[in-house]
Amino acid sequence: MTTAPLTVAARPSRATAEPWPVRALLLGVTGAFLGLFLVLPLAAVFAQALENGVGAYWAALVDPDARSAIGLTMLTAAIVLPLNVVFGVAAAWAIAKFEFRGKSLLLTLIDLPFAVSPVISGLIYVLVFGAQGWLGPYLAAHGIKVIFAVPGIVLATLFVTCPLVARELIPLMQSQGTEEEEAALVLGARGGQMFRRVTLPNIKWGLLYGAVLCNARAMGEFGAVSVVSGHIRGLTNTLTLHVEILYNEYSFAGAFAVASLLTLLALVTLGAKQLVEWRTRRAGCAADTGPGASPEGAA
Amino acid sequence: MAIAALPLRKRSVLPGFGLALGFTLLYFGLVVLIPLAALVVRGTQVDGAAFLATITAPRALAAYRLSFGAALAAAAINVVFGAIVAWSLVRYRFPLKKVVDALVDLPFALPTAVAGIALTSLYAPTGWLGRPLAALGVPVAYTPLGVVVALTFVGLPFVVRTVQPVLEDLDAELEEAAASLGAQRWQTIRRVILPEILPALATGFALALARALGEYGSVIFIAGNMPLKTEIVPLLIVIKLEQFDTGGATALALVMLAASFVLLLTINLLQRWSTRRRAAFGD
Repeated sequence: MTTAPLTVAARPSRATAEPWPVRALLLGVTGAFLGLFLVLPLAAVFAQALENGVGAYWAALVDPDARSAIGLTMLTAAIVLPLNVVFGVAAAWAIAKFEFRGKSLLLTLIDLPFAVSPVISGLIYVLVFGAQGWLGPYLAAHGIKVIFAVPGIVLATLFVTCPLVARELIPLMQSQGTEEEEAALVLGARGGQMFRRVTLPNIKWGLLYGAVLCNARAMGEFGAVSVVSGHIRGLTNTLTLHVEILYNEYSFAGAFAVASLLTLLALVTLGAKQLVEWRTRRAGCAADTGPGASPEGAA
Repeated sequence: MAIAALPLRKRSVLPGFGLALGFTLLYFGLVVLIPLAALVVRGTQVDGAAFLATITAPRALAAYRLSFGAALAAAAINVVFGAIVAWSLVRYRFPLKKVVDALVDLPFALPTAVAGIALTSLYAPTGWLGRPLAALGVPVAYTPLGVVVALTFVGLPFVVRTVQPVLEDLDAELEEAAASLGAQRWQTIRRVILPEILPALATGFALALARALGEYGSVIFIAGNMPLKTEIVPLLIVIKLEQFDTGGATALALVMLAASFVLLLTINLLQRWSTRRRAAFGD
């Protein structure tokens, strides 16, 4: 994606390039804007987290409430991630490889969770499972808690993150077409074999990035989870909610210490994106130069 | 390209269509569509007069004004600076360019609550930026301006990421032709490049606006949340819910949902315009 500009930038001619003061101004504005909105907030997180020293930083992370929040966040992600990966692969397979009526409608609908406010994402589950909700009386009669409990947190997180894997895979699988799968079938592969040995190797990097992104969003979701959680310490507090509670109690260093964990996760996610883009570009080049190259050489 | 070559209702030899589509619809229906339908159904159960009273209450009107106003301002800021950032990333070489390019996605990856407390600590009266700004008489945290700052952060990647690919694909010959026909550089930019990236700019604006309208986590820390002054609509929904006023929360949520749908539709139309334009000038 970012290879093309280099050829343009490498040969600036007088007629199609800006004079140097303009260039310096635009670069300066770019640096100032990104510095102000991206670099400074990042620096602030780590500076504040370490304000009271490494000892206090560490104490905030091993605090029992923090540990239970880490546990709940990891549990939520561990449930949400496999479900959304399966959904993403299934949706991308149907949408990218087949033509059917209503496809573009489905494609638009899949974006719905991105279009609604995270607060609404939580609210709709309160309306279904809450005390005054559709299933509220039934759940209460059977002693099942969904809202203000872990199932509600998982459901709200599922809603918010469900398009992520599908959105990564659909354009990728559309661009790959159906020829390779068809060839595998003609050569006698069964459906499962075709998927495992042709489709999966082709989409593995996109799938990996989708999963990383889904994981980051699942661990970092705040609004939707905040509505359904009830903020019960040690029970229904995720990492982001723990950050909020510490911050509102003026325990700033502790809040930023926990926040720094989530920030590191975000940075790892950005790194993963670069890695995946680099790998796909390389895979694309390899496929261009050697048509006989096997996509499953490593397997 | 491959899609256009396929006949519309091609019978495919690939297996698994029924299973994949069936699972997709079942899962999506259970997780997304049925709960969203609950919102609409619950909305119709709210008494009409009470519904109207809730969504036209002074506190709600003030919240709409702030939410829409701040979201529009933030999206406008992002159009201007996003275009400049995209231009610099595509056209110029500078140190750490790869890192800067990767960092643009930070607002997508950083949890909103973390962004919220980080921005608040920066712009609070004691913060790195808040102290000098307060000395200049411009308080940012706990004012509507703080809301704009938070929404600018969350919307930052949209314009950059929609404009960047269009600039990359832009044919250098167009600019050379304009220059050889005697156009000044600024004329080329205004008459050749700007019309080319206009659909992408509009799409990025709408995407940033849609994201900003519903934003919650990054705003509630920096806003101060004073009723009638610095209270956004999503927060008002949460407050109604905490007061067990489910009907009121539903009514406000439906207003937000309607706004989101209009924006989603607009974005779809803009993207169609954008692809048509690019297809017309592409190969």
